[in-house]
Amino acid sequence: MSFVEYSDCIQDGDVAIVYLNHNSVMPVKVQHGAQTQTRYGVIRHSSDLIGQRYGSKVTCSKGGWVYVLHPTPELWTVALPHRTQILYTTDIATITMMLELKPGSVVCESGTGSGSLSHAILRTIAPTGHLHTVEFHQQRAEKVQEEFTEHRVAHLVTVRNQDVCKDGFGVSGVADAVFLDIPSPWEAVGHARAAMKRQAGGRLCSFSPCIEQVQRTCQALVDQGFEEISTLEVLLRVHDVRTVSLPLPDFGPDSRTETSPNHAAISLKTTTAPREMPGHTGYLTFATKPRT
Amino acid sequence: MADNGDDQYRINEGDYVVLKRGDIFKAVQILPKKKVIFEKQWFFLDNAVGNLYSTTFEISSGGILQPQKQKETGNPSDLKEAGTDNRHIVDDGKSQKLTRDDIETLKEQGLKGQEIIQQLIENSSTFRDKTEYAQDKYIKKKKKKYENTVTILKPSCRILAMMYHGREPGKICHLRYDTLAQMLTLANIHAGSKVLVFETCAGLVLGSVMERMGGHGSVIQMYPGGGPVRAGVESFGFPAHFHDTLHEFPICHVNALLAGALDAAAKDPTADEKQFGLAAEEEQIPPEAEQQGSPEEQSMETNTEDDAGQDQEKIEKEKRREAKAQEKKVKLEEKQKKLAAAAALLEGRNADGLVIASRFHPCPVLMTLLRFLSPSRPFVVYSQYKEPLIECYTKLREVGGTVNLRLTDTWLRHYQVLPNRTHPVLLMSGGGGYLLSGTTIAADRSKPAAPQQSEEPAPKRQKLKDTEG
Ligand SMILES: C[S@@+](CC[C@H](N)C(=O)[O-])C[C@H]1O[C@@H](n2cnc3c(N)ncnc32)[C@H](O)[C@@H]1O
Repeated sequence: MSFVEYSDCIQDGDVAIVYLNHNSVMPVKVQHGAQTQTRYGVIRHSSDLIGQRYGSKVTCSKGGWVYVLHPTPELWTVALPHRTQILYTTDIATITMMLELKPGSVVCESGTGSGSLSHAILRTIAPTGHLHTVEFHQQRAEKVQEEFTEHRVAHLVTVRNQDVCKDGFGVSGVADAVFLDIPSPWEAVGHARAAMKRQAGGRLCSFSPCIEQVQRTCQALVDQGFEEISTLEVLLRVHDVRTVSLPLPDFGPDSRTETSPNHAAISLKTTTAPREMPGHTGYLTFATKPRT
Repeated sequence: MADNGDDQYRINEGDYVVLKRGDIFKAVQILPKKKVIFEKQWFFLDNAVGNLYSTTFEISSGGILQPQKQKETGNPSDLKEAGTDNRHIVDDGKSQKLTRDDIETLKEQGLKGQEIIQQLIENSSTFRDKTEYAQDKYIKKKKKKYENTVTILKPSCRILAMMYHGREPGKICHLRYDTLAQMLTLANIHAGSKVLVFETCAGLVLGSVMERMGGHGSVIQMYPGGGPVRAGVESFGFPAHFHDTLHEFPICHVNALLAGALDAAAKDPTADEKQFGLAAEEEQIPPEAEQQGSPEEQSMETNTEDDAGQDQEKIEKEKRREAKAQEKKVKLEEKQKKLAAAAALLEGRNADGLVIASRFHPCPVLMTLLRFLSPSRPFVVYSQYKEPLIECYTKLREVGGTVNLRLTDTWLRHYQVLPNRTHPVLLMSGGGGYLLSGTTIAADRSKPAAPQQSEEPAPKRQKLKDTEG
């Protein structure tokens, strides 16, 4: 198991994702002799997990069952322990495409936060790219480094514990793309530019929940000569598949037809919208660095 | 790791590139002395060779490109000041003080499109009073008329997806770029995996998957009809070795493959004629040659020509025929080799991902191709319409074998960000299509005899089953 390479069977030391149901998944560090408590009962690692295929159904001690899945950055995003606000898959997918990430890309990121985006970046730039991620909160930096090691992606990433607005990314002239998710991104735009490759028109993205932040960031981007500045917002809409039954009203006997009125209902498959949905995550501002 | 040599950032002859003006894109190849037409202007790309990618060029007379000097691209809308309403606008046809002659003179003085538009704005008595929306429209119109620059970009999934969506959405089943972005992420496309792609999006989806795999692993294009369509893949301009990772398999052989009877089906020569659609694909072969039967028939034909031995021409013709037949045979053998290679990849039924985006009904495609995935692997299906995906969802819930099913679409809105004038862009896309995504699970190994497993779950489990998707 690794977050950048699939394997078939669960092994001692893996991180597996236990899928309870659609709204509930949890990460499990697989260890000989260990047990994990779920709401459907206990999972015994040695007998229930190790040696089983990823994707297997595991019956827990109370008789309920779960599925054990191979980790992916997307499952990690919904399973990870939150230490900060995190980015979710809809924004992450858009960021990945709009930053033009691919195997071999060198990326700078700040702040690392809980590492939700970092894992998705690492998946896409492996096996030859590198992520330089900057987090000024020491415990968060240490914790995420630990996770990268457990997820077997540590060779693809350098975590730096420093203030990106003061000290930058710790590299210069190497990045194909830069991503900012900090409260004052405009203070890091100059450092972003310095971290990027000189001749290539590298890409930058900044994520901010507030429009005032976006305005200041855009101004900083213009001042630093960035081009193709574009701000957008993307939201996920989930459609719940349901069978609904629509009753037919009775119009009374119809003289034009012989058949008696039908009081049936018509049932059909359709989708319903959730009563509430996240209506705002943040604005994504993209820009292209000018060649120099 | 730093900029070691800048060759990869320079435009070379033969490169596939994308031309850009504003938000209009066009994919072309850099070929010597080749005239290209873009936004109703024609020019040659020869002068672009050797320049850095993302350079903006002026189109000068004779269609010659001249690299624009850095940074003279202020946006005229930065300077504008908008009126709140249009009560002061009187349309008397006199609002523009510059005459056509004046504009011609400006052009002769060598003013660039940008500067001419600036002049037009300054000499328009009504511009300041126009509402912001009207100002934007005015600038767009004038830009189209007076701008003569083009930027040359290195192709990427982002640019090509935006290009197709803007220019030819019908060719890509109206797949919006952010929807494509979701697909690549939801399917966990990454280097080193084995991915199945079934698409009728001109090769855009296939190319995007290949870009994300970076030439590591394998992509198997499952194609309908006579041959794989992938014009869009060319536009990505991938290095040659990427194409070694691309395989193809005709879906008309999928049933045979699943039944373990591919050999019989594929080696039947008449099947080859039909299935590979040689007639459709290789137009260069004249119909008469196409009707040539097997080599045996041909040799019989030659034997009957004993009386016409003197006819040199006939012999020549015969030779050509034979050469063609030979060529055809080689091609057929090549196809069979490729087929066998793709079949070998599929036979293990251990693919790591499945991506479907086509104009076909997705349900049978999904149900069939899912059988080639390993357990615990993601799949994603795109459809322009929601109903077929509801059907897929229902079917999957019925037969099992998947979890984490989700039917979604994304809502995308762009913003104008300017001091005191920040707001959503007035027009937005009404929809970008729908996605059904999910994860495969292992087939239940429990024997039907094991009662606890096969019987209906207890109420609590029932509940669990209901909520899982
Ligand atoms: C919202 S979180 C980032 C979440 C992350 N994108 C994810 O998906 O998990 C913001 C992080 O930036 C860090 N941060 C804020 N300002 C910073 C700065 N100037 N330098 C470095 N890190 C900073 C914070 O400590 C916090 O952990």
